Amino acid sequence: MSSSDSPGSPTLAHTPLHRLHVELGAKMVPFAGYAMPVNYPSGILKEHVQTRTHAGLFDVSHMGQIHVGGSAAARALESLMPMDISNLQVDRQRYGLLTNQVGGILDDLMITRTADHFCLVVNASRKAEDFAYLRQHLLPACTVEQRTDLALLALQGPEAAKVMARLAPAATRLNFMMSVSTAMVGVQCLITRSGYTGEDGFEISAPNSHAETLARALLEQPEVAPIGLGARDSLRLEAGLCLYGHDIDLNTTPVEANLTWALAKSRQDGFPGAAVISEQMKNGASRRRVGIRPQGPLPLREGSVLLNEAQTTIGKITSGGFGASVDGPIAMGYVETAWTTLGAQLHATVRGKSIPCQIVKLPFIQHRYFRN
Amino acid sequence: MPTIKFTQDHEWIRVEGDTGIVGITDFAQEELGDLVYVELPEIGKHFSQGTEVAVIESVKAAADLKAPVSGAVTEVNASLTEEPGKVNADPMGAGWFYKIKITAASELDALLDETAYAAFVKK
Repeated sequence: MSSSDSPGSPTLAHTPLHRLHVELGAKMVPFAGYAMPVNYPSGILKEHVQTRTHAGLFDVSHMGQIHVGGSAAARALESLMPMDISNLQVDRQRYGLLTNQVGGILDDLMITRTADHFCLVVNASRKAEDFAYLRQHLLPACTVEQRTDLALLALQGPEAAKVMARLAPAATRLNFMMSVSTAMVGVQCLITRSGYTGEDGFEISAPNSHAETLARALLEQPEVAPIGLGARDSLRLEAGLCLYGHDIDLNTTPVEANLTWALAKSRQDGFPGAAVISEQMKNGASRRRVGIRPQGPLPLREGSVLLNEAQTTIGKITSGGFGASVDGPIAMGYVETAWTTLGAQLHATVRGKSIPCQIVKLPFIQHRYFRN
Repeated sequence: MPTIKFTQDHEWIRVEGDTGIVGITDFAQEELGDLVYVELPEIGKHFSQGTEVAVIESVKAAADLKAPVSGAVTEVNASLTEEPGKVNADPMGAGWFYKIKITAASELDALLDETAYAAFVKK
């Protein structure tokens, strides 16, 4: 048996929960410069189902937390993003994109407004670039701080709120995409009601020094089990959510990525790539990100080419795997606009075999965000 | 008395007479994670040692099984197509992949015995 999966091991950074992961028997792999748990002894499938049926705890401390402050911060951030940041209320969170001059995506992020600053959560693989870029464009008008002193935990799943009711009751009063600064088992945290699984859930930003205390308190709850990056990936894929560097990158625009819902109608210009993005908003893009269901049991993987009946290449898979909750293979990818109709029949070639697949609606599972 | 041999590709072959039963080791299933797809060889087909016989996909990656010795496939564990998870649950037992009629028994000599394989995995 041989596998293409062979991670090298240069010097890897550790999150504050490293010791706990090892103690829990996690299989640690290199990810964005960190040693991260890909799965615990129960394995990816069980962890996936655990999160969809009960609650899962994820260590996402490898992600970047950048705080932007100053009275000009909202306008300054708007100069870099096709979002309305000025109208984001205190204690509210929004999904955002940093775009480049040609309308490509530098990174996708979550932005929360607190009483005195904006808290950005950016991708681990992009955090160094993002931090330099934000400093370059926002200093000296704003303050830009990389908060390496903060850890980030995510508690996701239909029973997450029940757990939070015991440990941080203030968080259960939040709706989806709201935040609160509150104490959790004696530790001051910034908690948002959001996540990357399609489930109800919370993300908890807390000092590194107390991350392990919080994680252990959460794992003591009967509803909660630790979940690794493997299930995090299959959960977000089922939820139709993009993974930076795969489904979106410098060469995909928000319109191509089917992220127009995240763009502010009020923002036609004044951000990088506005001309390209506005033009695509009006006239459409030549390709679009779609959901893809392979027929049969074989998962399609990133990089697989999609063909039409005439054997012409019309697209490519950008994320693919097995959806444990839909009990079959699922994928996302980009296809030429003419082939993005729901139900369109395409095929991929895997090891010389033609695999029929169909364009389907995203997400693959129903989102269960909490909106009271 | 059946003998069991291992390859450096983390497969096992249990030899009974001139037939070998082939599967992947516990180490292999652990490394791959939960299997979600198994593609078995055609019965009757001949494979040379080291060539690709079967394909598996786990939640993480695709991998192939290479013939540990040359021979013709005589039987496959068809239940794996419906239940690939059997390989994770019982890799050395119910999770066997196929039986092969060995054409060159001398090829077995170069494979690892249980002790040598255990040492190889520890490295």
